[in-house]
Amino acid sequence: MLIVNSPVKEIKEIQKDIFLQKIYSPEIAGQIKPGQFLNIRVSETVFPLLRRPFSICDVEGDFIYLMFNIFGEGTRILAHKHIDDTIDILGPLGKGFNITDDFDLAVIVAGGLGSAPFPFLTRLLKDKYEVHSFVGGRTKNDVITYNLLNVQTATDDGSLGFNGNVVQLFEKNLPSFKDKRIKVFGCGPNAMLRALKEVCITHNINCEVSTECAMACGFGICQGCPIESTEQSDKYLLVCKDGPVFNVKDVII
Amino acid sequence: MSKVDLSVNISSLKLRNPIMLASGTVGYGNEIAEFVDLNKIGAIVTKSLSLKPRKGNPPQRITETPAGMLNAIGLANVGVEVFLKEKIPFLKKYDVPLICNIAASSVEEYVECTRILNDEDTIKAFEINVSCPNVKEGGLQFGNNLSAVGRVTEKVRAVTDKPLIIKLSPNVSYIHEFAKVVKDSGGDAVSAINTLVGTAFNIFTRKPKVQNVFAGLSGPAIKPIALAKVLEIHQKVDIPIIGVGGIMNWKDIVEFMIVGASAVQIGTLNFIDPTAPIKIIEDLEKYCLQMNIKSISELTGSYII
Ligand SMILES: Cc1cc2nc3c(=O)[nH]c(=O)nc-3n(C[C@H](O)[C@H](O)[C@H](O)COP(=O)(O)OP(=O)(O)OC[C@H]3O[C@@H](n4cnc5c(N)ncnc54)[C@H](O)[C@@H]3O)c2cc1C
Ligand SMILES: Cc1cc2nc3c(=O)[nH]c(=O)nc-3n(C[C@H](O)[C@H](O)[C@H](O)COP(=O)(O)O)c2cc1C
Ligand code: FES
Repeated sequence: MLIVNSPVKEIKEIQKDIFLQKIYSPEIAGQIKPGQFLNIRVSETVFPLLRRPFSICDVEGDFIYLMFNIFGEGTRILAHKHIDDTIDILGPLGKGFNITDDFDLAVIVAGGLGSAPFPFLTRLLKDKYEVHSFVGGRTKNDVITYNLLNVQTATDDGSLGFNGNVVQLFEKNLPSFKDKRIKVFGCGPNAMLRALKEVCITHNINCEVSTECAMACGFGICQGCPIESTEQSDKYLLVCKDGPVFNVKDVII
Repeated sequence: MSKVDLSVNISSLKLRNPIMLASGTVGYGNEIAEFVDLNKIGAIVTKSLSLKPRKGNPPQRITETPAGMLNAIGLANVGVEVFLKEKIPFLKKYDVPLICNIAASSVEEYVECTRILNDEDTIKAFEINVSCPNVKEGGLQFGNNLSAVGRVTEKVRAVTDKPLIIKLSPNVSYIHEFAKVVKDSGGDAVSAINTLVGTAFNIFTRKPKVQNVFAGLSGPAIKPIALAKVLEIHQKVDIPIIGVGGIMNWKDIVEFMIVGASAVQIGTLNFIDPTAPIKIIEDLEKYCLQMNIKSISELTGSYII
């Protein structure tokens, strides 16, 4: 865990309203794992007050990438940084994806900005494993396929790819993975993760998801980010410290 | 080379400087120790401990507001026994006064917690959080009720000789009346303030942003209120005051001390910049040198009105 001030080197709008920010941060780049996140202070003033959590989107040498849309004041300020402005980063935080289990085929299931953590994961998986990606959104503008492999898309309004949600698309394709040991990596809105969990439990598929929760500190001191555990009903797990990536068997989403 | 005496006393508790880390904003010390050399801090206050572990409130527990945040954690904590067994060993490694904050739902539970923790030498003082529902008396907060605060202070006093600090709720009309009751019932000091009751709603779903509906407001938004509460106590009651609420930098600390605080606690700032307490100590020293202040305790109550 570090706090570093790192300069922005590039800001790109990779598709309408979706920004990719390249930051020079050898300290973070050297340690961070896919699925971990950074808690970013976008302003030195007291508004916005708290840091904003972002998944690590990708790492390339000494550079790290964030992917985000303009949601509220914090992301607006972040999107308007100039080249060489520094960003106050706290991280790497949380537990990332486990890529050491036994599987031959990695399946990514992402909804909307849930695509954010997967370019980095794909980068680390692609030489060793076959990777398939299912990517969904409300409309075609919400589908983010940036740097993903073997992509199939789904939209709620049918404007791109499969007409329906991404979990249905994934389930429909399950027979094609029949003889392979697969592991699913999911990220997106909680409703989507809940549906994904159900499909994976029903078909006995190993699945990890990156969850979201309002956070203050991001490193375990405020108790602001509880998530219900399946094993212990007398205490919550913390999304920032025990997650944000959990095996779907371990949490009630 | 330090020419400034930063040390302060809160009754018999000696602190190397006036900066304490506030309850609920540093857990039990282990995570924050990655950023802060605890040996340089005045004191550390634990998350509120209760007799039995508490699960706390369901999500969503926090939300941001202008220059502040609302929280309804629901006093999630490991309970006194697990604290003694699993959390104290880490804190023992440091030379920093440890203050145990206690939260309970009955007078008996406050007393029992204090009794159990009192034998542990590492614990140098107690801070009693009275912003908790009193289950036996219809769930009204102890902190809103003068006689309840008096009773808790008196009964806890009876089982410990360690410095006893009562952390006052700001959600009352006249906070000095509570400080007076604490003093008259044998308390050694007061902390002011705990969070202010607030709420926030989503205007599209019409639902509360925090699941518990009512939540505690902290951060820079509450600083003027906290300063006024400290000043009110200082003007009316002769008792050491620990100032808490919205501290973001060394200037805020000086301001709290001028209006009457002997020491201060840093809360929400720990979430935003956990390295801040250390930087602030250096800045305080510079201010004292610049102002020709030999001992920082000279600042306490030095207002000119
Ligand atoms: C572990 C984790 C990883 C994330 N990764 C990404 C990412 O890679 N790309 C991306 O665009 N977004 C990501 N998010 C969501 C991102 O944190 C929010 O979009 C952002 O905080 C919004 O801030 P704002 O000031 O623009 O919005 P506001 O609505 O003004 O924010 C108000 C408050 O609500 C919190 N908040 C708002 N939306 C969310 C949310 N979805 N999750 C958690 N807190 C929220 C903010 O942090 C802030 O405290 C992630 C969230 C988490 C918890
Ligand atoms: C997330 C959070 C949890 C808190 N938990 C406790 C607690 O367990 N016991 C307590 O006495 N005060 C608790 N507080 C109150 C703080 O100790 C402090 O009094 C208050 O936040 C005002 O200071 P600040 O503005 O510097 O944060 C908590 C505050 C926050 C923000
Ligand atoms: S965000 Fe503070 S404990 Fe998780």
